[in-house]
Amino acid sequence: MADYTLKIRRYDPESGEPAYWADYQAELPPERSVLDAILQVKDREDASIGIRCSCRAAICGSCGVRINGRSALACNTPIGQASEQGRDGAVTIEPMGNMPVIKDLITDMEAVHWKKVRRVVPWLLPDEEAPEGQEYIVPAEAMLDVTQAMACIHCGACVSACLSMEVDPDFVGPAALAKAYRFVGDPRDGEHESRLRDLAEDEHGIYNCTHCFACVEVCPKDVAPMDQIMRLRRRATGDFEIKDANNGYGHEKAFMNIIEKWGTLHEAQLLPRSFGDGSLVKGQLRPSGAKQLTESLPTVVSGLKSGKVSPKKALVHPKLPDQKQVRRIVKEIESKDERLELNLYIVGELAGEDEVGAFAEEAGEP
Amino acid sequence: MKLAYWPGCVSRGFTPELHGSVAKVAPLLDLELVELDRANCCGAGVIAEHNQELVDTLNARTFAMAQGVEGAAGMMNICSTCQGAQSECQERLDADGSYRGEVNSHIEPEGLSYQAGGGWWNKNFLWILVEEIGLDKLRERVERPLAGLRIAPFYGCYIVRPTKRLGYADHPERDQYLDMVIEALGAEPVEYAGARKCCGFPVITMNRTTSLRQAGRHLADAIDAGADCLVTPCPLCHLNLDLQQPAAAKFVERDLGVPVLHLPQMVGLALGLEPKELGMGKHVVSTKALQKQLAALAAAA
Repeated sequence: MADYTLKIRRYDPESGEPAYWADYQAELPPERSVLDAILQVKDREDASIGIRCSCRAAICGSCGVRINGRSALACNTPIGQASEQGRDGAVTIEPMGNMPVIKDLITDMEAVHWKKVRRVVPWLLPDEEAPEGQEYIVPAEAMLDVTQAMACIHCGACVSACLSMEVDPDFVGPAALAKAYRFVGDPRDGEHESRLRDLAEDEHGIYNCTHCFACVEVCPKDVAPMDQIMRLRRRATGDFEIKDANNGYGHEKAFMNIIEKWGTLHEAQLLPRSFGDGSLVKGQLRPSGAKQLTESLPTVVSGLKSGKVSPKKALVHPKLPDQKQVRRIVKEIESKDERLELNLYIVGELAGEDEVGAFAEEAGEP
Repeated sequence: MKLAYWPGCVSRGFTPELHGSVAKVAPLLDLELVELDRANCCGAGVIAEHNQELVDTLNARTFAMAQGVEGAAGMMNICSTCQGAQSECQERLDADGSYRGEVNSHIEPEGLSYQAGGGWWNKNFLWILVEEIGLDKLRERVERPLAGLRIAPFYGCYIVRPTKRLGYADHPERDQYLDMVIEALGAEPVEYAGARKCCGFPVITMNRTTSLRQAGRHLADAIDAGADCLVTPCPLCHLNLDLQQPAAAKFVERDLGVPVLHLPQMVGLALGLEPKELGMGKHVVSTKALQKQLAALAAAA
């Protein structure tokens, strides 16, 4: 048994009073959960604390909160560990971010999370009717790729932590986009291209993810929503060549063309090429490209003025000494019929023959 | 300590002051750097998004070159984004022998092969400072303590998340290192909301509003918390926080104007190097006021 201080953010919109912090004491073994501590305080000290919970086993996804600033499920965060990481030993507990608060630790999942999930049409849209009296049958291995996205329990931790949504509340967001990949990666779905086109063209869609790993870090089920967003982008650009208005396609194409040509990044050409689907000339001739370049002009001028960028450097970029090797590698891999991908969620982090072999040896098995 | 050194693209492109600073600072810390001048771009997350096998191969190529540097303790990078992008590839390459074999088959024509295991590492200059050089030794080398300066750390996403991949199990304080280095150099680390958030750079060409609102907010938070300047181990963050700062001010509708230092510049100042040697005239947001502050501190000491 140990004593813990819980610093809980209290707020009741109906009271008309602003939010405030209140301290409570809980006594329980360190391996018990933060949720257990909250429920003990609610039972012994103040029954009015608002918290949503159900299964207490990280399955239902109800008890998402922020513990010491980090989005998590209260039920699978040990109180001892939270106390070690808290400031001065106190465990800070707040409602999740990026969502309105209904009361205390209860956020309005409907207003943000579920609304966004519905935005991506979260059901199967098959090409044809299922064979009469039968289910759609696909080989099991064809579904492996989407099992990671399917592991989502809709707790909202990733939505709470999303740094893009923090500045753009309209961003479709990590949970909903992971859900979108669940159908884009499903061989039975017949709307892959239109789903991708929809999310690529939306300025709050797949190209509004800033690649910050916040969702990957907090997901209690290792869904890695950002990785699913990258898969959506890969399919949108690689498989369907969707040339979107947000320059997602152009940016990737420009980057790849530059690396293939020079081996290292030539920043001065990234911007104009991005606006021209990878082509330098097209980026400057196209009206939308010219408009975006004009917007960037003050930045270019201040870069030149500071001496950070010389006109020569902006125009000339050295090739790597062995650039032909980089080009060969790009050609070799791009010409494959299928992309080779290793998903550690599916194969496990110790998937290698060496490691598995070592394990089998240790266990005395052949 | 001898190290294979991957400077990255941006440090030799739009932030030349970073590359120059490392060259000045390394000998003062007894670092012998062997620059990997044949190595390619890490992909910065974009090649990973395009084709995983390709990005893993390109980085395996860099790792193999670094492993070939005789007598090197490991590989050093000076960019949070390189650290994150390369750690992602290394994680996959180390996890699966047959996948690694397939990747290595693309670089074998060059006589290269990435060898997993054996404790080989790739560390950002920030990690090298704390884990390899040590804060005690760093303190001993300080010629010009930065006492009186309030410096806001800006880590860059790729060096703090995901903790599982980035070695936090063995080094749980990696997300505090920048604060610790600021303190070791005599300055005061500023606490503010944006230290470990995203600078917005990855979407600057795709969603300028999201990108510059992010940069602008963090800069404003640092200013409001009383920072004299920010410091970052990531040149891509530097592009959004410094080069784009005048534009970012418009997106948050307020004045900004706070200088942003590269980590090696801050270290160099404390080790006694002059601002000019560290390229501090090549910033978009002027560092003149900061330089004056430094001179006044030196005169008062």
